[in-house]
Amino acid sequence: MAQPGNKPVFAPWNDPSKKPLIQFKNVTKKFGEFVAIDNLTLDIYAKEFFALLGPSGCGKTTLMRMLAGFENPTSGTILLDGQDIAKVPPNKRAVNMMFQSYALFPHLSVANNIAFGLKRSPMPKQEIPARVEEMLRLVRLEQFANRKPHQISGGQRQRVALARSLAKAPKLLLLDEPLGALDAKLREDTQFELMDIQEKTGTTFVIVTHDQEEAMTVASRIAVMDHGQIIQVDTPDKIYEYPNSVYVADFIGDVNLVKGRIGASDGEKYSINWAEGQPAIKAAGPAGIAPDTECHFAIRPEKVAIAMEKPTDKPNALQGRILDIAYLGNVSTYHVELDNGIIMKAQMANNRRISRRDLTWDDHVWVSFTETAGLVLVK
Amino acid sequence: MSRKFTWFNATALTLGFAFLYLPMVILIIYSFNESKLVTVWAGFSTKWYGELMQNDAFLSAALVTLKVAALSSTFAAILGTMAAYVLVRGGRFMGRTLFSGMIYAPLVMPEVITGLSLLLLFISIGLDRGIFTIVLAHTTFAMCYVSVVVSSRLVTFDKSLEEAALDLGCSPFDAFISVTLPIIAPAVISGWLLAFTLSLDDLVIASFAAGPSATTLPMKIFSSVRLGVSPEINALSTIMISIVTVGVITASLISKRSIGQRERDEQAALKQ
Repeated sequence: MAQPGNKPVFAPWNDPSKKPLIQFKNVTKKFGEFVAIDNLTLDIYAKEFFALLGPSGCGKTTLMRMLAGFENPTSGTILLDGQDIAKVPPNKRAVNMMFQSYALFPHLSVANNIAFGLKRSPMPKQEIPARVEEMLRLVRLEQFANRKPHQISGGQRQRVALARSLAKAPKLLLLDEPLGALDAKLREDTQFELMDIQEKTGTTFVIVTHDQEEAMTVASRIAVMDHGQIIQVDTPDKIYEYPNSVYVADFIGDVNLVKGRIGASDGEKYSINWAEGQPAIKAAGPAGIAPDTECHFAIRPEKVAIAMEKPTDKPNALQGRILDIAYLGNVSTYHVELDNGIIMKAQMANNRRISRRDLTWDDHVWVSFTETAGLVLVK
Repeated sequence: MSRKFTWFNATALTLGFAFLYLPMVILIIYSFNESKLVTVWAGFSTKWYGELMQNDAFLSAALVTLKVAALSSTFAAILGTMAAYVLVRGGRFMGRTLFSGMIYAPLVMPEVITGLSLLLLFISIGLDRGIFTIVLAHTTFAMCYVSVVVSSRLVTFDKSLEEAALDLGCSPFDAFISVTLPIIAPAVISGWLLAFTLSLDDLVIASFAAGPSATTLPMKIFSSVRLGVSPEINALSTIMISIVTVGVITASLISKRSIGQRERDEQAALKQ
């Protein structure tokens, strides 16, 4: 429950009284023999900014095209607002899509591109110019209304595409890799702009992306997909801090993965035997993993500390040698080769200028981490 | 990249262009010949152009040709575009490969055979031969050219434009009319032009499909040439050459200008 005075947390997925806007129920999609979507079940709630994240070919685009109506599921049902949309053609759905290529109509001006959908909606004719004006203001392109798409820049085209897909005030907006064609700086600005517009309009956004940073930035929840299945659905921080599998841990961010076997356990605390002659790693994990189970120990590089002396306050300390240093400006990543050849990455914030020069190549160092810094993953 | 002028290049260029254009140049020069004998130069005159205007047989043949070309190229443009659209966009259906192969068959079919088969068809269904049958025949063989031109444009056409139109509330037909057609219009128009020229200079198929009531200009020219080349025909040919030249130059200027304009616009957009 939200405390009085606190901002109420937006988390309809934790509220059983809320009805999802979109429900995928055991949806399978096959192209010939190829299974693009494999018995997938998923709920997406109104006003969410939902990200479908995965490598190319994982089925995320197919999932989106089924929502838009360009593909139909081979089996299973998709409900939008409680209604089965399988038989509804794309032009009759309260769903609009922003295409990866933007798909702006080259023969129409910016204003006419935005008006295109409105002219085919029940909206009275005299109200259309005002709505177009409003959309142009939303994406800050008022002075470009009469330009043709090839007369504006890539970033502006992207905003026209967004305005066009939002003009009909759809229940659901689909964004297919919307920022793929923009350069890094513009992409970052646009991400915040997207979030802003999503909040202003209150539209449900579903975004498809292969860029995990983008998904982390914009989304309220992320579904990590692989081979037509959803591996994990959660908020960005949960996905990052509590990945449910090696696949998710590895796909999102940077991670050290150490293969081992469960040794002694005490409730949710485990010791992991990972190498002959090395002390077992002590780590937390879900309760009830049987001893001797094969597992991975996963830890993010920024949670690994590095020092010349053996730290006394950390339960896990391993000795190694610095192999590589990647200086990234704000942080430095140290690649430390442990005694048995495993490489562990440790990341340190460079919060003092040209400090930390005491650590250099070939130094023998200690890497250390607390018991709760890492995770035991059995999948 | 600039290359140096060499005598070899100049000679090659001259010979090549002479090979292509010398016959036409001679024809044009002799169309202004005073003499009735085609091969003897007797001074400059435009009298054959004047006489041509008086020659009803040629004028009516020219009118028939223009009518046939306009009608058949329009039908060919419509049918060819439809065929191209289905073959490129229709997805997979039974015999699609067979159909797309068959649409190109008339391109390589000898004209005599096309003409003969059409003649047999017209006779067997009892169709009176005249302008209408020439239009049918020309539509038949010109539509495959149109469909080749249009389908090569459709292949490079971003399919998401059509999907965007559907997504924004268009019925599939509306999407075709308001998005696909305006974008592929240049291909349809050049297909139409191609069909028009093909129809304009076709002799073989027209000879088979035409009845006594309709004679096209190429048929008329061919039959008069058999009686001897007259300066009038030279004049007529010169007019046709100039019409075609003006058309080709205009078309290329228009397309060059629109491409240049587009490039400048894109440069300007990038600078902002």
